[in-house]
Amino acid sequence: MSPTFLYTLEVILNGLMAGVMYALVALGFVLIFKASGIFNYAQGVMALFAALTLVGIQQGQVPFAHLINAVFGTEVRDFGWTVPTLLAILLALGVMVLFAWAVNALVLRHLVNQAPIILFMATIGLAYFMEGLGDLMWGSDLKTLDVGLPSGGSFWLEDVTRGWAAEGADYYGMYIDLLDVWATVIAVALVAALMLFSQYTRTGRALRAVADDHQAALSVGISLRVIWVIVWSIAGFVALVAGIMWGAKLGVQFSLSLIALKALPVLMLGGFTSIPGAIVGGLIIGVGEKLFEFSVGPLIGGATENWFAYVLALLFLVFRPQGLFGERIIERV
Amino acid sequence: MSVAPQSGPAPAQAPAEVLMEMRDITLRFGGVVAIRGISFDIRAGEIRAIIGPNGAGKSSMLNVINGFYHPQEGEVWFRGQRRKPMKPHQIAHQGIARTFQNIALFKGMSTLDNIMTGRFTRMRAPWWQQAVWAGPAEREEVANRAFVEHIIDFLEIQAIRKTPVGRLPYGLQKRVELGRALAAEPKLLLLDEPMAGMNVEEKEDMSRFILDVNDEFGTTIALIEHDMGVVMDISDRVVVMDYGAKIGDGTPDEVRSNPQVIDAYLGVAHD
Repeated sequence: MSPTFLYTLEVILNGLMAGVMYALVALGFVLIFKASGIFNYAQGVMALFAALTLVGIQQGQVPFAHLINAVFGTEVRDFGWTVPTLLAILLALGVMVLFAWAVNALVLRHLVNQAPIILFMATIGLAYFMEGLGDLMWGSDLKTLDVGLPSGGSFWLEDVTRGWAAEGADYYGMYIDLLDVWATVIAVALVAALMLFSQYTRTGRALRAVADDHQAALSVGISLRVIWVIVWSIAGFVALVAGIMWGAKLGVQFSLSLIALKALPVLMLGGFTSIPGAIVGGLIIGVGEKLFEFSVGPLIGGATENWFAYVLALLFLVFRPQGLFGERIIERV
Repeated sequence: MSVAPQSGPAPAQAPAEVLMEMRDITLRFGGVVAIRGISFDIRAGEIRAIIGPNGAGKSSMLNVINGFYHPQEGEVWFRGQRRKPMKPHQIAHQGIARTFQNIALFKGMSTLDNIMTGRFTRMRAPWWQQAVWAGPAEREEVANRAFVEHIIDFLEIQAIRKTPVGRLPYGLQKRVELGRALAAEPKLLLLDEPMAGMNVEEKEDMSRFILDVNDEFGTTIALIEHDMGVVMDISDRVVVMDYGAKIGDGTPDEVRSNPQVIDAYLGVAHD
């Protein structure tokens, strides 16, 4: 096999795995949009907040340490213990569920029957509130998140792929980050679990029912409030998973909340209401931007990854506004 | 009516027992009075119709019964107990199911899934068991599914079991909606204009289904309908409303000969 082919293959594989990371964020948007018609601008910040909380709990940080020190003149920073990863993840999940409940009790409950734009504005406020809260609780310094997943290249893969290249070719094997591989495995498991939940459980059926018609859902005995807390909790869980994977990859820093922006073109491609759409959309964007950068990038000075996804999304908006898997816009007259 | 001694489901043929009673219900929206001081009862096992011209407050009354609206004055008694103000989903759990004037179905789901969702109040197994088809959850699902299939047979909609309901014609959507309400095995079934917008043949089908539901399942039915012919044919007793007030109450024959009703609603000259 020629090195060019192998390079292309490597780019595609890396693109697919980058796409999985985008899809993880997009999934959270889809879940909330599907069930309540709210475009949750705060989804990216939720991922950041979840990752901050996880690191904080894991390393035994005192929440609001800065505030406490400023008010009481103390010097507290750490509890002096570390929490095992799995337990810390469960605790962080608990915090996200609590957060879901609070959002419903304090914000959404008071905005029932408001126009979508108002709910959208509320989530923007929520995003900035959470960013500030995360800062206040856990501090703004860059943190490393280690949940015990392997990272770095796979020597095994490099050795194997080096053998594929023609004898004497200038090729040193394929580089694939193990962390990306794990992210892919986890994303697949997550989507499978979400599918089982939404297809086969009474709560899942209720979720789909609420997404379709509020009045009818009420009339068969479904409580909208309970469903919304569940939806936001699941979105919080997805945000935690995304936060873990992104945090492990890039470190937990406040620019993580910007990854949410990359989820937008993913949603436009996949459709705002489709879970498989979020996955496929993420993969197409991931592969698309890597391949474009690899093939066209050198000709026009590179850095195409910054805008390629948005241009692709724009094309979709023009020719297929509901996305690849979104619900067809049918009007019965 | 005092507190009824028994709380179990009433036998289908016990015309004397009152299932639901509305006492002096008044409902206002701001300055508009939608319902003024109306009282009537619904007996277990009967088909009770509420009729009246447009804007008479019929749908509002149905919405009071199922909890979408909360009346400012008056009491609702259900199964011998005064009902506290409740949310619609809690009332559904008490055994009141309904259909809507402008069909409210889960459009993205198949006929089967829509009717299965109607059994929401009958599902008990926890979600982690349902997700992996654990024993008890699967047995429950099979039992629920069997009941739903029975309803599908009953309503003669086998051919559209797997069709997403958004694609069905209007008449069939109405039938699916009836199926979803029936799936809850309600003690009281509310039908908001079940025959609106239907052709003669579809109306005949729907009338037959309503009568059969009443017969076979012993379900108490309260319905709103515009088509006078149909109402008089299928209902046991009729309440007539006009401008939010009750102007007649009785058997179809009594109502038909009530001059006030004729004036207000039928618009037919006395002869």
